[in-house]
Amino acid sequence: MSTEAPTRATRAPLREALRLPRRLAGWDAAVVVLTVLTLVVASGTVEEFGTTRNATFLILDLAPVLLLALPMTLIVVSGEIDLSVASTVGLTSALMGELWANGLPLETIIPLAVLAGAVLGAFNGLLVTVLGLPSLAVTIGTLALYRGLAYVLLGDTAVADFAREYTRWTIGSLGDSWVPNVVPPILLLVTVFALVLHATPVGRSLFAMGANDTAAAFAGIPVERTKFWLYVVAGAVAGLVGAYWTLRYSTARADNAEGLELTVVAAVLLGGVSIYGGRGTLLGVVAGVVLLTSLQNALRLAKVSADALTVVTGTLLILSVLLPNVTAALRARLARRAAPAAPPPREPAHPAPAPRGPAPEPTRRDGTP
Amino acid sequence: MTVTTRPSTPPGGRQQEGRAALLDAVLRFRALGLVVALVLLVTTTWLANSRFLSAQSIRDILLSAALTLLLACGMTMVVVGRGIDLSVASVLGLSAFGTATVLADHPGLPVPLAALVGVGIGAACGAVNGVVIAYGRVPALVATLGTLYVFRGLVYFLAGGSRISAGELPRGFLDFGTARVLGIPWLFLIAVAVLLTVGEFLRRHRAGRDLYAIGSHEEAARLAGIPIPSRLLGAYVVSGTLAGLGGVLYAARYGTVDASAGYGMELDIVAAVVVGGVAIFGGSGSVFGAALGALLLTVINNALPVLGVDPFWQRAVVGALIIAAIALDRLVALRLAASLRRRDADVH
Repeated sequence: MSTEAPTRATRAPLREALRLPRRLAGWDAAVVVLTVLTLVVASGTVEEFGTTRNATFLILDLAPVLLLALPMTLIVVSGEIDLSVASTVGLTSALMGELWANGLPLETIIPLAVLAGAVLGAFNGLLVTVLGLPSLAVTIGTLALYRGLAYVLLGDTAVADFAREYTRWTIGSLGDSWVPNVVPPILLLVTVFALVLHATPVGRSLFAMGANDTAAAFAGIPVERTKFWLYVVAGAVAGLVGAYWTLRYSTARADNAEGLELTVVAAVLLGGVSIYGGRGTLLGVVAGVVLLTSLQNALRLAKVSADALTVVTGTLLILSVLLPNVTAALRARLARRAAPAAPPPREPAHPAPAPRGPAPEPTRRDGTP
Repeated sequence: MTVTTRPSTPPGGRQQEGRAALLDAVLRFRALGLVVALVLLVTTTWLANSRFLSAQSIRDILLSAALTLLLACGMTMVVVGRGIDLSVASVLGLSAFGTATVLADHPGLPVPLAALVGVGIGAACGAVNGVVIAYGRVPALVATLGTLYVFRGLVYFLAGGSRISAGELPRGFLDFGTARVLGIPWLFLIAVAVLLTVGEFLRRHRAGRDLYAIGSHEEAARLAGIPIPSRLLGAYVVSGTLAGLGGVLYAARYGTVDASAGYGMELDIVAAVVVGGVAIFGGSGSVFGAALGALLLTVINNALPVLGVDPFWQRAVVGALIIAAIALDRLVALRLAASLRRRDADVH
């Protein structure tokens, strides 16, 4: 691991930390409010949106994004990224198809899919931690590699005819209610991830290494080991999503979940997690996922073409970062104009002029010394 | 061919010199490695099937390489400045569809004017990226991921499932797509001209050197008085413009354009740049390395079917290549750093 420019790296997070509580609360609350608002407005204006039938479908559609967003949040908070998750879903789905076609029972296949996902994640983790390669480049590589291997396995064929009791359970509901069977396991996972991130030493250490991983290492945090296991967990969850996706649509195809990594990253950033690490909450991410998927669902029901959806997703993603930046800059300018010679304001939170340009990454992992 | 991170080495800085030499060595190693890989690949494929080096097959490779090359030039500028432009493929699609629509709707329009429309669309898209990133201070990854969606959504919105076929495009435009000079396709010559221009710009021009400075250490660059926002804006506008030009060439070459033109191509471009030795976090690499990377990827794509490899392997190979390239860089850098340290120890 390179330990370049500690001075630069230590100063910026301090400045960031002083501004942290206010901005974080602000954006989180905004996303939650926006999500609730979207749900209310959509229920009122879009026909069929508020029905329990639609709620069932909405949750089924939301599940893969939400599940993948959980480990992604932890990874981004720790200052890394994983763009290969959707390809891992595709590869495990293809693997499931291959194994099912070879006559293995689903009781064996599903754990194998999760295990395969964990192995794929471990490969990412090894490259990022042991070799110290930049996670962006590594996971762009494995995004292509894993998807490519999925095509190698299945080509352009599809495996369907999975066991009916499994596919029916996946899309089925609890008893006679409209709540899908997948809700309890998802809630469990959300709770576990939220607790890990916000209520355990491991979670705190993620924020620490995201803010500055050199400092975190000096503070005795096993940075490399933690990051490695994060990627393993992300892979395992992606394997689980691969199994879910395959059973939900009852087809294993090489292009399953293609491009889903963009939606996941968009949802995580929309939820207020800083792409530079060290900042974010799981509540915000859950709200971001719900906002994004329910907006897409509502627009689809309102017969807005699927093309507009991508425009909305992209715009939301940019605005989620642009708006806080612009308001901070405006506020700083106003404060400066209002009191040019006044003593520095008591509150350190908002008048700090945002640093020009994006905050520097704590350490460079670009392979150059 | 080699470009060091620092425009000028401060005198007396032994460590600085060592680092520059190290970087030099890594990049030289990379260029050499790429050339060797290319030669080996071409030779084996040619031995497997001599038609691989027929004039027609070479022209095909050059035509395919032209687009990747063009976009890789813009991507290099952006990545050197510690950014990334994931929206290039969407910009290419938007420009290709825009150009084709204009030509189909106004058959009398002179081709250069239509090309200008496409290039203009690209420049406008690049300007959007640049403003959001340089002035809105949105991280490049986030901003261009967003515009990847937005621009592609716009193409789908405009096209709405329709496609423009070769029959609707003027003859002259389509001829241009396959025309050649001395057997070399025009498209490839255009790409080479762009490559030389961007290469010269990044090597000698002040604004080009500024991009390396920004990519190496943004804060230092700012303190040195480099106008960072306008330099970054410039880089994204160039990247968008070249993607726009790529769209025009795409339309001319393929004749049939629908909303999915160039879909997913950003991966190939990023791969070409990374394989070509441009550091993903900025500050080092050259456009010629990226060009070699682009050429290698294109040759691989063309060679796999000739070698009888299942075409489904293509993507996996691209992915493995990206990982191998960055891992190899890292290992070579570590090795060299160790040996330089040893040499220094001997001197003292």
